[in-house]
Amino acid sequence: MQLALWTYEGPPHVGAMRVAAAMEGVHYVLHAPQGDTYADLLFTMIERSGKRPPVTYTTFQARDLGGDTAELFKATALDAWERFRPQALLVGSSCTAELIQDDPGGLARALGLPVPVVPVELPAYQKKENWGAAETFYQLVRAFAGSRGADDAPRTGGKPSCNILGPTALGFRHRDDLIEVRAMLDRLGVAVNVVAPLGASPADLTRLGEADFNVVLYPEVAGQAARWLERNFRQPATRTVPIGVGATRDFMAEVAALAGIDAPPDEDPSRLPWYSRSVDSTYLTGKRVFVFGDATHAVAAARVARDELGFAVVGLGTYSREFAREVREAARGHGVEALIADDYLDVEQQIAELRPDLVLGTQMERHVAKKHGIPCAVISAPVHVQDFPARHSPQMGAEGANVLFDTWVHPLMMGLEEHLLGMFRDDPEFGEGAAPSHLGAAVEAPLPAVGDAVGWAADAEQELRKIPFFVRGKARRNTERFALERGVGTITVETLYDAKAHYAR
Amino acid sequence: MSAAATALRAPGAERPVLRERGQREVFCGLTGIVWLHRKMRDAFFLVVGSRTCAHLLQSAAGVMIFAEPRFATAIIDERDLAGMADANAELDRVVARLLERRPDIGLLFLVGSCPSEVIKLDLARAAKRLDRTASPGVRVLHYSGSGIETTFTQGEDACLAALVPEMPAEAPEAPRSLLVVGALAEVVEDQMRRVFAALGIGPVRFLPPRLAAELPPVGPRTDFLLAQPFLAETARVLEERGATRIGAPFPLGAEGTTLWLRAAADAWGVPPARFREATAAGEKRAREAVGRHRAALAGQRVFFFPDSQLEIPMARFLARELGMEPIEVGTPYLHRQHLAEELELLPAGTALSEGQHVERQLDRCRAAKPDLVVCGLGLANPLEAEGIATKWSIELVFTPVQGYDQAGDLAALFTRPLDRRARLRV
Ligand code: SF4
Ligand code: SF4
Repeated sequence: MQLALWTYEGPPHVGAMRVAAAMEGVHYVLHAPQGDTYADLLFTMIERSGKRPPVTYTTFQARDLGGDTAELFKATALDAWERFRPQALLVGSSCTAELIQDDPGGLARALGLPVPVVPVELPAYQKKENWGAAETFYQLVRAFAGSRGADDAPRTGGKPSCNILGPTALGFRHRDDLIEVRAMLDRLGVAVNVVAPLGASPADLTRLGEADFNVVLYPEVAGQAARWLERNFRQPATRTVPIGVGATRDFMAEVAALAGIDAPPDEDPSRLPWYSRSVDSTYLTGKRVFVFGDATHAVAAARVARDELGFAVVGLGTYSREFAREVREAARGHGVEALIADDYLDVEQQIAELRPDLVLGTQMERHVAKKHGIPCAVISAPVHVQDFPARHSPQMGAEGANVLFDTWVHPLMMGLEEHLLGMFRDDPEFGEGAAPSHLGAAVEAPLPAVGDAVGWAADAEQELRKIPFFVRGKARRNTERFALERGVGTITVETLYDAKAHYAR
Repeated sequence: MSAAATALRAPGAERPVLRERGQREVFCGLTGIVWLHRKMRDAFFLVVGSRTCAHLLQSAAGVMIFAEPRFATAIIDERDLAGMADANAELDRVVARLLERRPDIGLLFLVGSCPSEVIKLDLARAAKRLDRTASPGVRVLHYSGSGIETTFTQGEDACLAALVPEMPAEAPEAPRSLLVVGALAEVVEDQMRRVFAALGIGPVRFLPPRLAAELPPVGPRTDFLLAQPFLAETARVLEERGATRIGAPFPLGAEGTTLWLRAAADAWGVPPARFREATAAGEKRAREAVGRHRAALAGQRVFFFPDSQLEIPMARFLARELGMEPIEVGTPYLHRQHLAEELELLPAGTALSEGQHVERQLDRCRAAKPDLVVCGLGLANPLEAEGIATKWSIELVFTPVQGYDQAGDLAALFTRPLDRRARLRV
């Protein structure tokens, strides 16, 4: 038993729903109690989907247990097929149904429906959402792509072609990443055969084998299916996820190599390299960042943070246990030890200990960072309604790099503005309340003091007031912590500068 | 899944009820934790369940109300199921860790879920055990919020019913008292306290109390008024403890609030003149506030999907005070006795349905082309996308809507979606 307050991932059947909801012509019959229908609102409210996800729940009740839950499943599956007429029926259990062991796959097959039935077994007491999405996608790919032999499909002549694998419903910027990646492939002259799961039908999946190779956007979702395709159709897959300028360049090179073409010069360069070199960005140098998210986004963000924004990565972690090895390896490259955790309290603890200048995390870390008064940008699922902006806002490709620059730098103080504020802070008309305009009034809130155990000498208090107000809270906190740790009862001007020296790493 | 349209006679109203079986698109009782934990500030809710239960709570709480919430899930894992770990020992360990972290907890609810019930984890026994062994000063109780036993608001019913045996017995010579039952916003409670004081009714107490440590007494000299329509089990156990239910419509809208107050006043023998004096101003304010929405809502046809069991009182309010026409009023469960007074007031010809087959109900809804649909969050945007205006029913549970001074706000909840559509030119 594990105590959970907030979770990074839902149960595995929610992963299956993300695949089903992304596709066309698939209907998911889920053996589950009524409360599990809450999952619909993830799609209709968070993603603002105008369609209900294609899921029918059996909604069995206590009085059905021991009696006829199997019959109920069959009746529900039949009803769903008659009503929705999908090309394929996905069937499975949620956590509760897993315990009553009704075998949805066998029951649905026994109905003799004229469409393929794809059972997905998702161990709910062991696995989580991303695993569920990966397993479901893999089962669908096997069921449909596998129905044709490896060699009976002539590959598209002339133009090299690929499949794009991974984008799902409720994915973090999947919608926009897909547009960027399509454009990149187009510039390279690579045709897109099938995109899946997003927008694909079971019929489309049968054509997967026709492509020369696979582009894997989100290994958490598509890695397993891509490995199967590699084995069965000798379709190699990309390993680089094009998040950031460098990774995008590497990705283009990787695609070109797989397609057997020359990579053309980058025609659509990002503004990030110049913005990062422009003088205003000098103040970004060495800002200490803590990175946490799913494995793909966390690893990519750490690279961008260090190589493209000149930050120092002081912490890197993921909740994707399945990818712990990859993240550990990346963390070693940054000289830190990876944090593999799905308890947000562990993550909070590390943030509190490291006291970074910026957190790149999930909505969970956004809350944690807010509590600790640290700027934060969101880089990964779990998603929130804000992660489906009306505007185009990818993470991948050149435009994705532009978005990263804007969204990561914005929470930090603007460079020149920081100096001006410092210069004018004593002007009466400027006043202490003045905050950078883009931060609104938010920075005004004073940070709580560490405790009453330490006092401030009058001259030290006086000196503290000379520190620009927008860093004063932090200076006060750091100094008090410094004093506390050293058993200094009264903070003098000396203590203040000792602390400053100590924290100025 | 047969189309079982059973004609039942609701008491006091000659109306058939369509009873349906099929997919229910309703939350489970765990959801009640979202408002109950804010109501009782010394209580903590520990769901013993699965990752799904934790995810439901997190999703229903919407924006993750952060800080450390006063609820959590003890997620059952493989080891508990395979018998590799003794689930009871595991639960004890989790509770010990929790109480250590949160010394502010005065009352801990172990909340049962579908998985805990299917594996027959005996939370009643666990609660008894932990009540003895957990830190001194921490009470441990249990109830079920599982989706196989409860829908949405029935979780509150189960929670309050679990509190009833803990209520102290009223002193033998205690004066007659009134208990208002059902979680209400504090602002609403305070208004009600003032009206009851003006009526000379008292002492008045509330269940749930603001602090679980301050449970009100109960006994044969206690009358109780339900403030919410979904409290079947709580009412039953209160009656077992000797309390008497005062039947009334629910305090929604000007009329509903007056009738609710009058039921108490009549039971307490308050003279009519005093009743008018104590309520006239509030009722007038409420009527005026509601009246401002009448033009927008009168004649509009409204369709309710089952959700909170508040549907029938809401439909009555919309029909009688705003001139709306309810075409179908769905409820997850129809408690005929507690709703007898409401059913009397509902316009004849209003179709009622109980239970749900969501697809067939959607068919009926589309065919009826209502002007406004009251439904859950899973259905709202899809219906909007089809061009049908909706009001999320969950807001009716989370917003203070009871009493005179909230009647206008309640009406506004229904006006807003229509107003919005009228404004938009995109
Ligand atoms: S319906 Fe059951 S399994 Fe699902 S969230 Fe509710 S209690 Fe948990
Ligand atoms: S405050 Fe606004 S205008 Fe000024 S630098 Fe920041 S973003 Fe630009």
